[in-house]
This record gives sequence, C-alpha cells and structure tokens, in this order.
Amino acid sequence: MEDNLKNIGSAGNEGKEARSDCYVEIELTESGGISIELQSKVEKLFGNSIIKLCKNELTFFGIDNASVKIEDNGALPFVIAARIEAAVKQCIKTDKEYLLEMIPENQYHTSKDRYRRSRLYLPGNTPKLMINAGLHKPDGIILDLEDSVAPAKKDEAKLLVRNALRQVNFYGAERMVRINQIPKGLDDLDYVIPHNVNLILIPKCETGKQIKQVEEKISKISNEKNISCPIYLMPIIESALGVINAYEIASASENVVSLAIGLEDYTADLGTQRTKEGRETFFARCQIVNAACAAGIQPIDSVFSDVSDMEALKNVVLESKSLGFDGMGCIHPRQIKVIHENFAPNDKEIEKAKKIVTAFYKAIEKGLGVVSLGSKMIDPPVVKRAQRTIEMAVEVGKLSKNWREEYVN
Amino acid sequence: MSIKLVKNAVGRMVPTEINGKKVIPFKGLGKHRPSGRKYAPPIPSALDYPTDGNKLIPDLKTALVKSCLKDGMTISTHHHLRNGDLVANQIFKIASELGVKDLVWFPSASFPCNEQIIEYLENGTIHHIEGSMNGALGRFCSQGKMKGVGILRSHGGRVQAIQDGEVKIDIAVLAAPSSDTFGNANGQKGPSACGVLGYAKSDYLYADKVIIVTDNLVEFPNMPMEIEGNYVDYVVKIDKIGIPEKIISGTTQITKSPDRLLIAEMTANFLEVSGILYDGCYMQSGAGGTSLAIGYYTHQILKKRGWKSRLGFGGSTKYMVQMLEDGTMENILDAQAFDLEAVRSITENRNHFPYPVFNAYNFHSKGNLTSMMDIMILGATEVDVNFNGNVVTHSDGYLLHGIGGWQNCLHAKCTILPIPLFRNRIPVVREEVTTLVGPGELIDVIITERGIAINPRRKDLLEKIKNSGLPLKTIHELKEEAEKICGKPQKVEFEDKIVAAIKWVDGTVIDVVRKVKE
Repeated sequence: MEDNLKNIGSAGNEGKEARSDCYVEIELTESGGISIELQSKVEKLFGNSIIKLCKNELTFFGIDNASVKIEDNGALPFVIAARIEAAVKQCIKTDKEYLLEMIPENQYHTSKDRYRRSRLYLPGNTPKLMINAGLHKPDGIILDLEDSVAPAKKDEAKLLVRNALRQVNFYGAERMVRINQIPKGLDDLDYVIPHNVNLILIPKCETGKQIKQVEEKISKISNEKNISCPIYLMPIIESALGVINAYEIASASENVVSLAIGLEDYTADLGTQRTKEGRETFFARCQIVNAACAAGIQPIDSVFSDVSDMEALKNVVLESKSLGFDGMGCIHPRQIKVIHENFAPNDKEIEKAKKIVTAFYKAIEKGLGVVSLGSKMIDPPVVKRAQRTIEMAVEVGKLSKNWREEYVN
Repeated sequence: MSIKLVKNAVGRMVPTEINGKKVIPFKGLGKHRPSGRKYAPPIPSALDYPTDGNKLIPDLKTALVKSCLKDGMTISTHHHLRNGDLVANQIFKIASELGVKDLVWFPSASFPCNEQIIEYLENGTIHHIEGSMNGALGRFCSQGKMKGVGILRSHGGRVQAIQDGEVKIDIAVLAAPSSDTFGNANGQKGPSACGVLGYAKSDYLYADKVIIVTDNLVEFPNMPMEIEGNYVDYVVKIDKIGIPEKIISGTTQITKSPDRLLIAEMTANFLEVSGILYDGCYMQSGAGGTSLAIGYYTHQILKKRGWKSRLGFGGSTKYMVQMLEDGTMENILDAQAFDLEAVRSITENRNHFPYPVFNAYNFHSKGNLTSMMDIMILGATEVDVNFNGNVVTHSDGYLLHGIGGWQNCLHAKCTILPIPLFRNRIPVVREEVTTLVGPGELIDVIITERGIAINPRRKDLLEKIKNSGLPLKTIHELKEEAEKICGKPQKVEFEDKIVAAIKWVDGTVIDVVRKVKE
C-alpha cells in the first residue's frame, strides 16, 4: 500500500455503470466524531446496515473522527467493507485487516488433476461480475489483479479480491487469482494466500526462477498463517523467451499443475499480428503442449475474444483440442458451455475409450498384467487417457454413469 | 375522516370505501359472485348525428366542449401509443385551460411520457388516476400528493369495472392511427401505426361520449373497423398523435445478460422436463428480454422435437412471428404488437389475429382465454414465501408499475415467474410482499438463477421434477439464500394514509398502497 498518507482517502466506483459497487470518501477530522453522508439506491432497505458496517470498520481501525461520504449503488457488504478499508489505508498506516467471515461454502480444496477446461476471467475491481460468476459453472474463476485493473486501482482491487475470496460463493469452481507480473505480483500474494485461494496464475512468466520466487513467498505466508492446503500454480507464457523456457517453467515445481499460453502478448513480442489461421502462433502452442506433457501437467490455451461469435469459438476449441490442449480461458460466461461441449470427447473417441477401459477391467478380472485389445497390447498411459475420456463424457452427460452395465463388447 | 378498515381474505387491511364509493374487500379466490345486470350507456339516436356520416370536428377542445366536459367527469384513454402518446396529455391541458376540476383519468396504462399529468394533478384538474401509475406518476402518488386515492386494475379488471358499472366513462378519447370521418378506426395504418387497438373496445362500447383523435384521416370505409363508427360521437384530425419510434420499438431484443439467459435456459428446460410444453400447447409470454429468451429456447425445443404450439397469445414480437412463419406456431392471437415485425405480420399473415383483451381477460364474462393457456411466463418485483406476488411497488414501497394483464394471466394452467433472486442487493423472494397483487394459490413456479421453487400445492409438478437434475429448492430456502447474500432488509416505514388501492380481477380490493415515510 502507499506510504505517503493523505488526509482524504477515496476508493470504489460511482455512476450508473458501477452497479453493485460504491464510492467511499473519508476525510479525517480533528473532532466531531464520525459523520456519515449516505446516498444509496437501497437506503430504505439497507441504510441502517451500511451505516453500522461503516462505523464498526472505522472503530476497528481506531478512527474516532472522520467525515465519510458513501455513494452506493447496491453494493454487497464485502464490497462496501473493501472500499472503506481502501480509503482508510490511504489516510492511516496500519497492518490491520478488516476481515469478514469466510463463508463455509468456500472452504473447499481442489486436486492437481481436476478439469481445467474453462477458466473465467473477472476484472478484480468490478464487483458486479463476481456475484453470479460461479452459477455459470466454469471449472475455474480467476479474480484478476493484472491487466484488467487500472494502475491507480491496484491497491483497492487487492482488498476487493481478498473480500470476494471470503464472501462470494464460487459454487465449486476452482478459486484462482491472477497476480501481477513478478516481482510486483509477489506483494499480491499477501492478500490472497490466507484466504483459501486454490490456484495462482503467474502472468508473463519467463523463467523457472520466477516460479521458485512465487513458491517461496507462498510457503512463507503459509507458515506464518498456518496454512496447509495445497496452492497450485498456472504460469502463463506470453513471450518468446517464455516459450523457449516452457519446459523449465512447467517442471519448476510440484505445484505447477497447468501451463497456459497468452497469445495477445506473445504475438506482440514477436512483432506480428494474430490471424484467424494462427500460423504465427502454431510453434508456440505446440511447444506449450509438448512442454506441459513432458512435465506431466495440463496444457491450457489462450482466450478467444469475440464474445458474440459462438460458432467461431467452437472452431477454435476444436482446433485447440486437436493440438492437445486440455482447456482455454474465457472472458464471458456464455463461452463456458461451448468450451465444455467441444473439449468433451466426440462419439468416436468415447467408443474407442469404452473398448479400452472394458479390456482393462477384463485384464484385472483375469489377473493379467497386460491389457490387450484383439491382438494389440495397450500401454498404461493409453488406458489412463481412455479412463479420462470416459470420465469427461460422463461429466458432460454424453455417457451414462452406469455405461458398463449396458455395454456389450 | 376515518374510513373503516377491515382485514380481507389475504390478511391485508383494506378500506370499505374509496373516493366516496363503497368497495368490497377481497373474499378469497372464487368467493365473489357479481349480481345484477351490466352497465349500459344512454341510448343514442341517429337523429343527433349527421346523415352524411361526417363527424369531423375542427379540434379536440371543441370536441371536449361538445361532449359537455365538466367537473368530476371520468375521461378514458388507451395506451396503444405507449411512450410515444401525444394525445392524453393534451386532453388535460385543454381541461386545465377551461378551468375544469376534479376529473378522473382512466387510462388502460400510463407511460413515462405522461409525466406532464403531474401538473394537472397538482393544479386540481385531475382528482385521481384509475389505471397504472408508472415512474414519476407512481412516485408522486406514493408521496401522497394525489388528491384522491389511485385505483390500480389489471387489463381484465378494467374491462370488468367498465362492464359492471363500477367506472362510468363520461368521455372516451381514443387516439387512432387511422379513421374515417364516421369514426371507423384501426391501428394498422398511418404514421403512428401501432398494430392493434384491442384495449379501446370496452371504452367505445360503454362510454357516454366517444371522441376519435387521428392524424390519418382516410376515406370511408376504413377497414377493418377495430373501433366501430356507430359508437363514435366525434372525429378530430390533428397533426400528430404519436412519436412513431416511441410507439413501437423498432425491434425487441433478447437479453444479452448471461445471468438472465441462464434463468431463461433453466425455464425452457423446466418446461420440457415437466411436460408442460407439448405438441399443441397454448403459450403466452411477454416482451421483456428474459421472456423473449425463454421464447427463443422454447422455439428450439419445439423444432428439435418436431412439435407445434397451437397458439401464442400476444403481445406479439418478431420472435413469435418467426415461430408463426416457420410453422412452429399455428396461430397468434394478439392484444398488442410490440415491434415492427409484429405490425407487419398482423397485416400479412392470415393466422395472426387481433384479439382484444376485452374478449380474453374479463373475469365477469362467460369464460376466460387465460385459464386455457398451458404456459404462462410472467415477471414480478417481489414474491413471498407463500408465493404471493407483487408487480406494482418496489421493495422500498414506491409505486412504480401498473398491473397490466398480470393478474388475469395468473389463471393459466401453469404460471411461472422467472426472476432473479435479488436485484442490485434487493432480495426478490421476501418473507412478505410489500403489496399483495396476486395470491400465491395461483403462482406455481418461481425460477431463479439459484434454484427453482415449486408451489407445494402443485404436487404433480414436484413429482415430475423430482429426479430431473434441476436445482429444486423450497421457497424458504430461496429466501434464506437471498438474505444470506444481500443481508436481511430493514422494514420500510409507511404512514397510515392510503394512496392507492389494488383491485382483484373480480373488482374486490386485494390490497392498498400506503404513503411512504420520507
């Protein structure tokens, strides 16, 4: 946070566009206690509770005299609290944090090999997009502190993201945060690691060393705060150097579970333009897939930015899948379903997987060490892949859970 | 002046007298039977009308004066010109200039363009409004500034009140996109075309005096005659009755909000899984963004299954017209056209019929179209744990919307309210609705982005949905969830003063709106 303290602090957003947000201005005064001027769309229903929250929070930070202005556009308590805290911290120096309850629904952990087909980016300083994001069932939700947050808003975004991690129900999506580029991004970790984040995205990653730096910082915080749950990492490769070092990055830590590519910055780094055909990024994408597979982790594709063209998205997903990617990013909830449906195995793939998995169970029943299909021997990685295909087909509803009962080989 | 309040059948305290007239408190569904005979206007004689059929009068003022406009009269208008209406405000401007006082404005609906009416409420020209009070008018009324008590009725309730003689229309001033000099009028032609004039039917049949105001005088005979000239007293030609782009939205649009689309998808899914959607079903939904999306998804299901809807009841839109034209809907019965495609269709498609609410919605009638509908998609500002619904006030107590056809439509075989669980921190599922406009017995399903609640009275639906994988919750669970996210709202404070009354479809008083404490 900023060290040059001011007498008046302000945070948040105002105006019609800033639905579910509020703007807070706090001026420290010499005497007169706390005076609050509240303008709220929901004043008749929540005016009292907003004022109570504000008073409690100021008392918490030891502020006895201040004049506060709140312009509220239906912000939920986690937003109001974050805005007040951000404004306060421009006026006083404090290490205290005003933490709201961590809701029980958010205390889950994720596993290393769970699906990461879709990850939905949410700008870290825009509360209205956070509240319902989980309902659209992405595999992961990213609260973004990097490119989608204006430089002047970085500090308040950290508090908002922290509060969102505690209070917004993610409905089972993997809880992800994209921090800023290393080294600046290391400071972001203080605001998210203690609040049950499942995965950290590391943007513009170029070396294995950067992964180590992030890991060290995470374990330092984890030790201090007694955190034992796993926190996974997804580096994003966005430069020529990153592409060259892809394997080093992918294998830098046990906690790196996926390797993603960001094509906008990558093509800019090459000094070229993104085209529909994507020939300019073909090498990089193949390199990412290869490095990820070599390291035994998931290769993840970039985002598709035309949110209105679902047909084009479908084609991009099919291509991505054919190159070997396991997932991609999305910037609009409507993209999620298209991504899931098209990363899912097709009928031919499902049929083949069924045969392999059935052969695998037969071999086990017969006590054989080798799985064979007809005259062909099936290697363990192929069996594993087939099992994964079956799982995914069941998950998207293309295959019944009890398919083996009905399956006649 | 203290008026006796009694508790009605839904537990609301309502008066037995409003604006000096006796009223009947709501007795419960199906409990009130009307008696007596229908109201009738005085018998006219052709002796008093020009034999050449030319009823043209130079201007509206003259027509009003000739209609004997005087203090305390009830003036009716229709809302087919929607937010582009240029006629209603003019009537009261003229009345105000003539020094007439204490009129009752009886529109079939009001729009933001009627904000100017406040001036005439303030200067005493208008005593009160019986109709919908939207936006600024609603706020004005909620602040207790209207001289009399406002009365809100459904579209069908309005027809019922006219027919039963509860409201006697002294002068009906009916804007018409086309008319001949005899007064045969319709909404299909002219610069202010609005498609149909269904809401004007009760007015011209029952009013003492009928004035047609048109900007498109055509030669006799003007067919089809949605308003029949032999009920018309005077015809006035003015330059402009409406602003076309505000009468009809050029094109209605499906919502782009991912959250609303999610609700729409869930709703279509529900319709399919529950079996409510079937080959030959009757359906109705509105022109709001979510409703249109539901229509779109439903259309896809019908196509996928090779099914047809036997009929759709409009408000028609281009989406309904698409269904009609690709054969997934066999007929459209239409009370109002919402976009240009709908206006085109009604003139071109022989299975797209005008169908006045007069014939569809009146509860004091020999049957109701609404009870024949299989699928009814409606909205609400609030619903409570007893499934009661509110469409007229917001949770902060302000009157902001009319009832429209909402109460009438509740009588469908399955009434579904697809609504968000909360809007901008305001929970939509509440312990108790601020204003009770529709009793919970008639509301079957609430579909929110966070779960579906089925009215426990509908055991059949509960049974069908049980194993569908749809997120079924109790209405109490939904309410708790909303409060968990938004916080528990504080109680809004009201004063004792009653500013408006809500009529049920049978003319009884189901609830009142009180002045908001400011």
